[in-house]
Amino acid sequence: MKLVEAIIKPFKLDEVKDALLEIGVQGMTVTEVKGFGRQKGHKETYRGTEYTIEFVPKVKIEVAVTDAQVPKVLETITRAAKTGSIGDGKIFVRDLNAAVRIRTGEAGEGAL
Amino acid sequence: MKADAWKGATLLAVTASLAGASAWAQDKLPTGAGRVDSGDTAWMLAASALVVAMIVPGLALFYGGMVRSKNVLGTMMHSFLILCVVSMVWVLWGYSLTFAPDQGGVIGALDWALLSGVGAAPHPVYAPTVPHLAFAIFQLMFAAFTPALIAGAFAERIRFSALLGFTIAWSLFVYAPLAHWMWGGGWLSKLGAVDFAGGTVVHICSGASALACALVLGRRRGWRTEYMAPHNLPLVLAGTGLLWFGWFGFNGGSARGANGVAAGALAATHLAAAAAALTWMAVEWSHRGKPTVLGIASGAVAGMASATAGAGFVGPVSAVLIGATAGALAYLAIVWKGKFGYDDTLDVVGLHGVGGLVGMLGVGLLASAAVNPAGPSGLVFGNPAQLGLQVLAAVVAAVFSFVGTYIILKVLDGMITLRVSTEEEATGLDLSQHNERAYS
Repeated sequence: MKLVEAIIKPFKLDEVKDALLEIGVQGMTVTEVKGFGRQKGHKETYRGTEYTIEFVPKVKIEVAVTDAQVPKVLETITRAAKTGSIGDGKIFVRDLNAAVRIRTGEAGEGAL
Repeated sequence: MKADAWKGATLLAVTASLAGASAWAQDKLPTGAGRVDSGDTAWMLAASALVVAMIVPGLALFYGGMVRSKNVLGTMMHSFLILCVVSMVWVLWGYSLTFAPDQGGVIGALDWALLSGVGAAPHPVYAPTVPHLAFAIFQLMFAAFTPALIAGAFAERIRFSALLGFTIAWSLFVYAPLAHWMWGGGWLSKLGAVDFAGGTVVHICSGASALACALVLGRRRGWRTEYMAPHNLPLVLAGTGLLWFGWFGFNGGSARGANGVAAGALAATHLAAAAAALTWMAVEWSHRGKPTVLGIASGAVAGMASATAGAGFVGPVSAVLIGATAGALAYLAIVWKGKFGYDDTLDVVGLHGVGGLVGMLGVGLLASAAVNPAGPSGLVFGNPAQLGLQVLAAVVAAVFSFVGTYIILKVLDGMITLRVSTEEEATGLDLSQHNERAYS
């Protein structure tokens, strides 16, 4: 099993969510994060004091999937989250050692 | 180790006042002192309510939204606490020292300590058609608003107990004398300087005092390097709206009656606020490329401050000119603040100091006896002498407030700690001073 972690632009969240549901992914966890890669931040001015905000708001989506699903999931997220401009984000894949469905106690791929 | 000195002095003053004040429930004014007019009285009572709204929650919101979220409660607390504390000292000795019969041009007598003799009958000079007590309570709001403004200078780093001590000492040693000089029959008014609703007493005074506070307290840790942007601009706007609303009472009520002068004062306040807001917006837009919400709100407040000195002495068009000037100059002052390097956190100097100064000069130039026969005319309307008097009053107010505040803070600094510790400043006032969290 793998945990797919995708950092994307916040306004792309709905598109990515819908695309993942379409390919059979059952659920996901979403966090609001901030960060930067090559995308520059922006400037804010309050009464003559200027701040350079380096961190850009992003959204992190985590989905737990089977090994077989991984290529399709990567392709789907990339397709749905892409805009072509700097700051589109990155996807990371981690090994997932165990998974449990709390309500039923199912373990392994049955819990995904 | 707290400031037991001032606690003791308070107790002594209370005891002395109680011993000295006789027949405090009865009026001691001469008969025929004036007939109470219900329209005038209704307006004065309403005006007091309007000014209270300027402090709580007007200023509380205006300032609270501008600080970081970890300090919002502590900042709002300042407005509430100052209102309550000043209300008490006003009754004890404040009103009397400010407005009771003049002693050598410097201060009032203690005849009216504990508001003794201040009751339903009008005072023939201050407000001949309104109960004396109504006038006294209206003035209380000014005495509270001024230190509440100053609190913006040391936001995010003052210890609560220091604020408490400062408020009591400052009201006694700075506000009461200055207000007496301008409004209580003191020497500045005898010379002929005028201040309709507090251009010197409230705005120049708070601006100059705030500068002293910023210099003594020192800069916030992380100033100019850490992100210290306003945490909740919607609160700031809500506060600005309440300030605008309440200012109609601040300036309109200073007419001390429901009449043409009050109408003119309200109009002047409103027009100056709007003109200043637009001017700031225009200058900022061209200087920085975008008009900001904080900017238009700040401009409006600077405009209201500038209207205060002359609201009852200038016509509507003059008010627009004064407001526009204040909006532009206040913007410049804020830009230059960075070059001077002092941390007047919420820009009391730039908005109120500058606004008040523009207003006082505005009176010297644009006051017109045609607008208010009981007031002076300025240079443009044939009386160049007034300008000099206004400048004098402005300078006196600024210097006295700055020096007085500086001394008070230095003395307090010797008795108690003024500033929170580094760790407390990092944690925030809300938790460190009050054990409370604003947003869970």
